Amino acid sequence: MSDDRYPNAHVHLGVFFQGVNHSTIWTDPASGSQIDFETFRQVAQTAERGLFDAFFLGEGLRLREQNGLLHDLDVVGRPDAITQLAALAAVTTHIGLAATQNVTYNDPADLARRLASLHALSGGRAAWNIVTTDNAWTGENFRRGGWLDHSQRYERAGEFVEAAQAIWDGFGRSVSYTGSTVDLRVSPTVALSDHPVLFQAGDSPDGRDFAARHAEVIFSAHGTDYDDALAFADDVRARTVRAGRPEDDLKILPGTQFILAATGAEAREKAHWVKEQQVTPATALSLLGQVWGEDLSSYDPDGPLPAHDPRIELVGETRGSARHGADPRALARAWRERAEAENLSIRQLVLAQDRQRGFVGSVDSVADELVRWVRGGASHGFNITPWLVPTGLDDVVDHLVPALQERGAYRDAYTSTSLREHLGLRAPVPHRGALVDA
Amino acid sequence: MTSVLHIALEVDGAGQHPAAHLVEPHTTFATPAARPGVTPDAHRLRTVVAAAENAGVTFVTFDDSLVPVAGRDPHRVDAVTRAAFAAPLTSRIGLVPLVHPAVTEPFHLASQLAALDHASTGRSGWLVGAGAVPGARAALDRPVADGQDLADETADVVTVVRDLWDSWDDDAVIRDTATGRYIDRDRLHYVDFASGGDGPAASPALRSAPDGRRAPFTVKGPLIVPRGPQGQSVVVGRAGAVPGELLDIALVSSLGQAQGTGAPLVLVDVAVTLDTDTATGAQRLEALDRSAAHTPDAVVFTGSAAGLVALLTSLRGVVDGVRILPSVIDDDVPVLVRDVLPALRVARALPTPRPGATLRDTLGLPRPTSRFAATA
Repeated sequence: MSDDRYPNAHVHLGVFFQGVNHSTIWTDPASGSQIDFETFRQVAQTAERGLFDAFFLGEGLRLREQNGLLHDLDVVGRPDAITQLAALAAVTTHIGLAATQNVTYNDPADLARRLASLHALSGGRAAWNIVTTDNAWTGENFRRGGWLDHSQRYERAGEFVEAAQAIWDGFGRSVSYTGSTVDLRVSPTVALSDHPVLFQAGDSPDGRDFAARHAEVIFSAHGTDYDDALAFADDVRARTVRAGRPEDDLKILPGTQFILAATGAEAREKAHWVKEQQVTPATALSLLGQVWGEDLSSYDPDGPLPAHDPRIELVGETRGSARHGADPRALARAWRERAEAENLSIRQLVLAQDRQRGFVGSVDSVADELVRWVRGGASHGFNITPWLVPTGLDDVVDHLVPALQERGAYRDAYTSTSLREHLGLRAPVPHRGALVDA
Repeated sequence: MTSVLHIALEVDGAGQHPAAHLVEPHTTFATPAARPGVTPDAHRLRTVVAAAENAGVTFVTFDDSLVPVAGRDPHRVDAVTRAAFAAPLTSRIGLVPLVHPAVTEPFHLASQLAALDHASTGRSGWLVGAGAVPGARAALDRPVADGQDLADETADVVTVVRDLWDSWDDDAVIRDTATGRYIDRDRLHYVDFASGGDGPAASPALRSAPDGRRAPFTVKGPLIVPRGPQGQSVVVGRAGAVPGELLDIALVSSLGQAQGTGAPLVLVDVAVTLDTDTATGAQRLEALDRSAAHTPDAVVFTGSAAGLVALLTSLRGVVDGVRILPSVIDDDVPVLVRDVLPALRVARALPTPRPGATLRDTLGLPRPTSRFAATA
């Protein structure tokens, strides 16, 4: 294609072992244990067989609640990320190992050391997905409590990252860092030759700017529509250049899912089935309850929507998950109108509202589309969230990866054992903001 | 006292003598494999732990500190991370990292050990760090308890960590397709723990608070990790630093301390410097002490493998086990696994873990019932 902006670009793949939202189908007979190490080993080794760049673990530091009760419909509970990745490092040899870790409820000296430890033991395969949480509700599990003001969350993240980089560079010396939210002096104990790779997932303007300044890979939800993804990618490239970095310093890996079959029609049928499995009757009522701000679990999922308006004051009671940004009254009105117009039950409406995520089609058509994305500049690759664990990556690795290789758009073998090199990232530069004592 | 003698082995760094890291590494433990991506740290960890497992060691401990310890090798990888790396490479040996209760967040500590218990299919333990950590306050930007405050803090942290391990019932995951419920939420529990302490409560204002005082804290729960195969990891601590009733294993540094610890099992630390093919233990120790004087807080054994076998055999029935602190891993561990542990196996002095046994199983410790679980 002559209009390719990046005609030689390859697709980079990662797998995001997310676990705790309704995308993971735990009711399927093939769905394995969500906590046994063997499940994680199988996913990581499958991804490595498919020459993926990285295996990611998510983390949430308090179990989700809805209306003051533990959310019980999705997978609940997962391992500590760095601990689990250290174990996986022993049974893999090339794949990157990315841990989601929070900057509000970790101490920089401790977390930087644990990440450095994973990096040292894995031979340069560690990555840190930097997340911020500022709510006092999560803080109830930690010594510091709800100590950080919302307005300071990216300030804290930036200072935390700079302090961590100083610690990674500072073996054999005494490192000090003084900022408004981080103040430390420590002698690092792990000798490193480079840094863990920095990932970040933030879609707000502040989040994008943070990634443009500090991150090396940005996650996003822009993994379904090409034009939307391209607009996002162009925006973060521009921000990266404005931050004084070359545009390809920041790799763009949107989260997505693949639903593959022999033909497009079969894939669409499978996609419908997957969505029905994800949105169980109870989950439909729960998702509706998030909009209404109340417990609707006693409603009939095959019956009509509630006739009353949402109780505005209670919206936001869903804890530990993304909140609806839209005005709930307007959203509820729109949902009710659609349900009446199309004669939809609660579950049918929720299914209809849940737009199809990711790529659905035959292996060849999806492979063509992924190549178009990376060569057109919409992303550098994708983070796959499998809807079935641990076997959900099998068809990607067995069929999609070879199709990408045939197109000259995917590595035929690993060419290094370092995540930094898999991603084509530069060596890290010691951060100018950090003071390192001689 | 049980009739078997549990052998634990400290595998941190180059060895327990402060001059150990100055000895040129010279055995298979120190030879980086000719494979890309395998670091010397990873290679040493794999080979030392494998040697211990193959020889019949019940568990290994991983000493640690957030900050360098004066006179010791400054390079040290985090202990939980090391133990986790060793987990899928082993199948019978217990993995017991040191984590300091006043340094690491209690909630993170509980999550890390629970994850280690899952990754090791029930072979995790927690060696409770003790003593002041100079430099921790500056590193963490908050006061770190010391003295009696540290003893009280330690008891509180062990308690809340055990609470968190119990915050999921064993059967909390029900995967009920009929109702769409993955868990039974009534089988998860808020721990609502509140520590003691009269220092300032944790907040940014702590920065100006005096060091050494306890900052009271609370933990809500439940844990983010489901209950591990052992229910609770095996808690190992120094007698005197942790109340015995909060421990599964008390470590003592002399036989005189072995009575009345209040813990179910007692292991005595033995610092060993063994005769090798090229030097006697006494010659080796003298050379090491010339580089860095060292008085171990342990029973000291210096001499032949046969002498150590005799000492260990005499301790059978006196203590539940010993934790061997090798002066130099590269010198002492090869002798231990070649000449000492086989003699104990022949004498039926070592436990024989059954396939799939947890560390609790091997130690003969009961699996704790959750303190929150409803009685049926």
